[in-house]
Amino acid sequence: MNPYDLLIAPFTEFEFMRRALAGVFALALGAGPMGAFLMLRRMSLTGDAMAHAILPGAAIGFLFAGLNLYAMTAGGLAAGLVVAIGAGVVARATGMKEDASLAAFYLISLALGVLIVSLKGSNVDLLHVLFGTVLGIDDATLILIAAITTLTLVTLAFIWRPLVLECVDPTFLASVSRAGGVSHIAFLSLVVMNLVGGFHALGTLLSVGLMMLPAATARFFVRDLTALVTLSTLIAFAAGAIGLLVSYHLGTPSGPSIILVAGLAYAGAVVFGPIGGLVTRLVPGRHLEA
Amino acid sequence: MNAQISFRNLTLGYERHPAVHHLSGDVREGALLAVCGSNGAGKSTLLKGICGALKPLGGAIDLHGVSPRDIAYLPQGAEIDRSFPINVYDMVSMGLWRRAGLFGGIGKADRQQIAEAIAAVGLEGFEARPIGTLSGGQMQRTLFARLLLQDARVILLDEPFTALDAKTVADLVDLVRRWHGEKRTVIAVLHDFDLVRATFPETLLLARTPVAWGPTFEALGSENLLKARRMGEAWREDAPDCSDAA
Repeated sequence: MNPYDLLIAPFTEFEFMRRALAGVFALALGAGPMGAFLMLRRMSLTGDAMAHAILPGAAIGFLFAGLNLYAMTAGGLAAGLVVAIGAGVVARATGMKEDASLAAFYLISLALGVLIVSLKGSNVDLLHVLFGTVLGIDDATLILIAAITTLTLVTLAFIWRPLVLECVDPTFLASVSRAGGVSHIAFLSLVVMNLVGGFHALGTLLSVGLMMLPAATARFFVRDLTALVTLSTLIAFAAGAIGLLVSYHLGTPSGPSIILVAGLAYAGAVVFGPIGGLVTRLVPGRHLEA
Repeated sequence: MNAQISFRNLTLGYERHPAVHHLSGDVREGALLAVCGSNGAGKSTLLKGICGALKPLGGAIDLHGVSPRDIAYLPQGAEIDRSFPINVYDMVSMGLWRRAGLFGGIGKADRQQIAEAIAAVGLEGFEARPIGTLSGGQMQRTLFARLLLQDARVILLDEPFTALDAKTVADLVDLVRRWHGEKRTVIAVLHDFDLVRATFPETLLLARTPVAWGPTFEALGSENLLKARRMGEAWREDAPDCSDAA
């Protein structure tokens, strides 16, 4: 098989592959920076918790309107925002730590969702929510994902400084500005939106992977924030394209294929990454002049 | 000299237990005040109260028109995430927050100021270093450079010289003296009495309740120190309501 057939032909020949690629690239553009900030804010697991929190909302939307993009999106957004903002507000207004309050909120949300789903007695197409259908992205979904990504990048530009400063030195930020709380809530809302955008393509659980794995991989290569965000995005692009090709040639499901490609990159970085990777740790090389 | 900060029968604390009990007095504009006392004496609590991070349980703090945003506060062992990928230059430049805010650009004049602040703390050549690679002393120098840029009327320092070598302490004390010369109000929590006697004209000795407040040589006299030591440190879980509670 020549390189053209391997890498290019699937996209030129099939429209659904081109759509999938566009959808994944649009997702990756938002997921790169979001993942980097989630990791730096020690919120790597927050994405996962939020993914669970969204699920019931999307399921309720599905129960009322079937596989309707807008109903499921609205349900997911509503459930996610209630959990994110509720947990954020409780953490800031009381002595409770953010992780504990988030756990409380998302577990309540998840239990409520499961209860409603079981009362209505339908579970067939929930697989769609869980694992997504990147090969079946239609125009409306593509536009939704692109809109969410655009909003994400613009909002990040607005809250970039307080977001950075709140990670590095929260006491200092609190002493010069009130922007910390607002930017945190805005950031949590973006997490929810990106997960909702992602679940149409990759499913809620896997869309967290497109955020966290590229960011965690990039951390082994760069020490600078701008570089970290850029590299995360590029890795997410690459994982999306390669994952789709793997899925096309081997007939594997596309969502998991994309995430597993990113997972391979992560495994490689853990072993060979120049910053804190295993090889660098075990074989540090000769020491330098003092 | 006008008062810059006035404490009016101030009580600060946590969950109704006072950590600073019935403190009254004025910090004059341009004062260089040391706050001394044993661990748990309420020193850090007092600074938190002044910068507005902690609400009084009783009494009041009057800042005489200075906004809490105009107070530069360097907390003890600041909770800084040293693993965050940010370099010395960017860390220092955050001192310009009040001027630059969310979007304000950092212009040529600002860059000049940042360079001067970095030079003033002796960190030239370290601009591009990630903060995770700095030593404790270099990190403290970085934070002092940021304080310089904050250009605040009131500066609060909580044990700023702990675990630093003599050279670093001497350099940073010079900056404190410079602020004093510029008529800024500086309040510093310190444990090193020799340093306090050499540098700080005025001292507040706390043992939760104020023990002494005045010229350093008087406030740190042996009688006051003995008195401070006798006052209990731990709070009693079953403490009754304070009869003076306002």
